[in-house]
Amino acid sequence: MLELDNASAVRGSTTIWSEGTFTVPSASIVGVIGPNGSGKTTLLLMILGLLSTGTGSVTVLGREPERGNPRIGYVPQNYASIAGDSVRARDLVLLGLTGSRYGIGRTSAAEHARVDEVLDEVGATEFANRRMSQLSGGQQQRIAIAQAIVGNQELLLLDEPLANLDVRNQQEIVALLKRINEQRGIGILLVVHDLNPLLSVLNGAIYLLDGHPHYDSVDEIVSEDLLTHLYGTQIRVVRTAQGDLFTRNA
Amino acid sequence: MGVVDLLAGTVEFQPNWWEILQSNFMRTALIAGILVAIASGLIGYFVIVRGSMFASHALAHIGFPGATGAALVGLPVFTGLVAFTIGGALAIGFLGKKANEREIATGTVLAFATALGVLFASLASENTSTVTNILFGNLLAVPPQQLVIFAAFLVVLIAALLVIFRPLLFASIDPAVAEARGVPVKKLGVAFMILLALVVSMAVSVVGVLLIFALLVTPAAAALRFTVRPGWVIFWSSTIGVASVIVGLVISAMINLPPSFFIVSAVFAIWLASMAIKKERPVKQITGGHTSSVH
Repeated sequence: MLELDNASAVRGSTTIWSEGTFTVPSASIVGVIGPNGSGKTTLLLMILGLLSTGTGSVTVLGREPERGNPRIGYVPQNYASIAGDSVRARDLVLLGLTGSRYGIGRTSAAEHARVDEVLDEVGATEFANRRMSQLSGGQQQRIAIAQAIVGNQELLLLDEPLANLDVRNQQEIVALLKRINEQRGIGILLVVHDLNPLLSVLNGAIYLLDGHPHYDSVDEIVSEDLLTHLYGTQIRVVRTAQGDLFTRNA
Repeated sequence: MGVVDLLAGTVEFQPNWWEILQSNFMRTALIAGILVAIASGLIGYFVIVRGSMFASHALAHIGFPGATGAALVGLPVFTGLVAFTIGGALAIGFLGKKANEREIATGTVLAFATALGVLFASLASENTSTVTNILFGNLLAVPPQQLVIFAAFLVVLIAALLVIFRPLLFASIDPAVAEARGVPVKKLGVAFMILLALVVSMAVSVVGVLLIFALLVTPAAAALRFTVRPGWVIFWSSTIGVASVIVGLVISAMINLPPSFFIVSAVFAIWLASMAIKKERPVKQITGGHTSSVH
């Protein structure tokens, strides 16, 4: 679903990262990790076509990135803070379907039905008629995901979707992502700070190390040497019955 | 001498208020007020959703030197108002994305514009009622020929909103996602500011530069207390505006005082009443959203 060939990311005159060459298998769930400022969000913006590739090439779903690609859904960071008091959750999801359309045409019954379906799919039917500001962080995240996939997108990008969520909500969102990945065959790329809540569902991870992006399957990522290098602090991997867990060594 | 006596000296009930209401100048004022209230209701929802309350306030102030400057050189006040608010709209629209910097720049220009307005007003000191009308509005001073311009502005506003309604709403509520979806967020922002400038120019004639909030923001804010569907918010904020204009003009005819105070008071009363309405409450605090559909 994503292919980089000697790609670099440049913002202004600053090279954020370079020499990215890897292929991410389609329909997989992939974490994007790396220290702050290493260019994780930059990678998402490039995939969205909002930032042009510096050198080399980036191929998304078999094509060059293009702005407004309807095959890609996007859930930005801090979604909760922009969601306001003046919009219903359902209307926000509907905008994911009709928001780019100019002109008078009414929303069709099929479009409303599509919104109902996706609200049900993410478990948001119960609170769909409330204002965004009246929803909890986990509920808002469900609405954001619904909006991003309501147009049958093939790739879903999420920027820090688990930030500001408690452990239970994190687990629920991870389970939801796993479910839509299996049921729809949609590829999922998420920027995260902590891989732990995702370890049970990840297929691999893109990690930004020393100014270069790499991709590896999840088994290779979860190594003490790599994680220690990546975060610049001693990391220990603990194998548990539920899966791997990595912790910072005190 | 008590306050009552003082008021009795200036406030006098007009037994012939019904005839006053049917006079030509009252009819002009009524039509103008209704046109402006509808336009304000149409744009008010977007002003709130976009968080452009400060920008709308600033545009009115930026229009102030335009209006007093026009009076100084003998042009129609409305012409100067429109020219300056559109100029201000373009400037604010193209200003940086960072809200903080934009607000500082807007506020700084606002202060300078107001000072310029005062300068022009004092240079043209022979006509203080014009300045008062610009600052506080006076529907009764709207010349009949202006109705055509107001109607034309309203038609432009309705046509533009019909075309850009969904993308503008998307860009207003959810700019990052809209941008990723290919919606021209920045261009829509500039288009919105120009439409806002047209409405601000109209609204100044009703409530003036200083009371602009009462028509551009408050009716939509009140409407948002009891509905959140975009179409209904627009309908109700226009209705609240129109009702307030009618009430204001009737009271103005009854006691022979300029209508601005009564219009703004009516809006204020409706807003206060709306504050008593509880927004639909969350049924219960749900942390995750467990429904039967979650497998």
